[in-house]
Amino acid sequence: MLEIENLHVEVGGREVLHGISLTVPDGQTHVLLGPNGSGKTTLLRTIMGFASSKVTSGKIIFNGVDVTHKPVHERAKLGMGIMFQRPPTISGLKLGKFITATNKIDEARIPQIIEKLHMTKFLDRDVNAGFSGGEIKRSEILQLTVQNPSFVMLDEPESGVDVENMALLGNAAASLLEKEIHMKSRTKSGLIITHTGYILDYLEADLGYVLIDGSLQCSGNPREILKSVKTSGYKDCIACRK
Amino acid sequence: MPEMNGFSGISPEDKERLALTGINTDSMEGRAGSFLLVNDHILHAGSQTEGVEVLMIEKALEKYEWLKDYCWKIVPADKDQYTKYVADHPQRGYVIIAHKGAKTTFPLQSCMFMQGDTIQTVHNIVIAEEGAEVHLIAGCASSLKTKEGAHYGINEIYVGKNAKVTSTMIHTWGEEIEVFPRTATVVEEGGTFLSNYVCMRPTKMVQMYPTAYLKGEGAVARFSSVIVAGTGSHIDAGSRAILQAPNTSAELITRAITNGGTIISRGAIVAEVPQTKGHIECRGLILKDGVMHAIPEIDGRVVDIELSHEAAVGKIARDEIEYLMARGLSEEEATATIIRGFLDVRIEGLPDVLQKQIENAIDSADHGF
Ligand SMILES: Nc1ncnc2c1ncn2[C@@H]1O[C@H](COP(=O)(O)OP(=O)(O)O)[C@@H](O)[C@H]1O
Ligand SMILES: [Mg+2]
Repeated sequence: MLEIENLHVEVGGREVLHGISLTVPDGQTHVLLGPNGSGKTTLLRTIMGFASSKVTSGKIIFNGVDVTHKPVHERAKLGMGIMFQRPPTISGLKLGKFITATNKIDEARIPQIIEKLHMTKFLDRDVNAGFSGGEIKRSEILQLTVQNPSFVMLDEPESGVDVENMALLGNAAASLLEKEIHMKSRTKSGLIITHTGYILDYLEADLGYVLIDGSLQCSGNPREILKSVKTSGYKDCIACRK
Repeated sequence: MPEMNGFSGISPEDKERLALTGINTDSMEGRAGSFLLVNDHILHAGSQTEGVEVLMIEKALEKYEWLKDYCWKIVPADKDQYTKYVADHPQRGYVIIAHKGAKTTFPLQSCMFMQGDTIQTVHNIVIAEEGAEVHLIAGCASSLKTKEGAHYGINEIYVGKNAKVTSTMIHTWGEEIEVFPRTATVVEEGGTFLSNYVCMRPTKMVQMYPTAYLKGEGAVARFSSVIVAGTGSHIDAGSRAILQAPNTSAELITRAITNGGTIISRGAIVAEVPQTKGHIECRGLILKDGVMHAIPEIDGRVVDIELSHEAAVGKIARDEIEYLMARGLSEEEATATIIRGFLDVRIEGLPDVLQKQIENAIDSADHGF
């Protein structure tokens, strides 16, 4: 699905990612951990192709296509989708209208999905205008569900979300990643940034990475990594690098 | 439904231009009354609604002695060279009188159409008596064939006690037309005046600064303007409210985009007595070269008033474009979507037909971006 080769990325004239390489095979979900400011969001934004993340060297190959310098919407058309950590407000654009305009799934399914995510009363509101933390995440996962990407990137889906919303989100993310299908026939892949690991209560991940200061420190069983981060923080990872 | 007189001489292409301004040219369906002025000729004036009269101004002045007290009263004839010019020429235009308690469900449409190179002058008077409610849609357009011309329009609007007048003006002038509307409104106790202005098409020059005098306690005025100026357009459009009685309030809202043209967006609220409120909001986008000059003024002259203004001029945020692109929209689609949203002003109290008309005018012009 996704192959990243020795990616160097600048943001605001400063190198933030220093040679990242990783591969997410078809049907797998990987999680990305790391302290604040280590470059996790930057990595996702670079994969999606946002202009502020400038690739200075390295490659992003998506399903065999070199997308390193392709515009954002072409990557979306190829099957990438992202849940934003802090999405902008789009004044004057109603969420309902946006959903209809970008829909790629069977229309008959939409009302039920909207209902499940408790988004009915937001359809007449401008996209993200005055949405609370949990509402933003639900709106994001709704948009992603109708966009139906084959590669799903989630940036801290659990931040600012209460327990009840977490269940809604977790289940929606699991179904977006076809977790209900047997892993052999599953094709969708994901890359998920998580601080707390709560998302792993709703879906299994195949591999975890730790990103420190713009470099991948280690990879391994996501639950084990999470457990060690939870008990001793990132200091062992930082020490491990030295 | 009665046929409309006068549209038979207008070419299909020009009829299309009139449709952009919200004017029905085929039948009176969905309209409470109609007035059509082509160059200097009044081709149609009539009302379908009981208690509402649509008259030619000369006839109206003959019919009602008292009308002279409303003529050149709030727009003085000697105000400037344009008002003088209109006053020096035979008076053409309409008088709409909504008698006490009369209400129109459909809008009254008035259409000012210019064919050939000329100066078109009009003088209109609107009187909504106590408790009356009228919705006006004024479509102003010029023929595609018109190369050069000017339109001087005088509007005097009287909103009586607890009456409501909404006036929606959609301009579809040509690139060589200069337009100088001169409009004033008086709002009495408990009255409401909503004025909407939409100008999405290139116009050489528009210069106007309509003023509402809120004379009676609790009177409300709201001006909303949606302006797009392309290269060669010079649009100097403002609105002003003078708060002269307690509990009056005014709101002036502008969304303006320059795509190479010049926009001067003025707004002024003067609070002359206590317990009054006003707010000015002007948001502008500069898409490519062009000038966007916002001049909001708030002028409080007593204690116990609340006046505020916010003005912002900027560009389309890159992160908003990319957000929409990440959902699959192309850069052009994303830009057009954001612009469409930016121009979207919901006007409270406006009938749906008119809100739709405004949205249609905005949508039909989107293609330019
Ligand atoms: N727009 C920007 N301009 C300058 N620096 C930025 C910008 N966005 C992020 N950065 C910097 O890049 C680094 C990585 O940020 P980010 O990817 O958001 O980290 P994380 O998501 O891991 O918390 C930080 O030092 C941050 O300050
Ligand atoms: Mg982040």
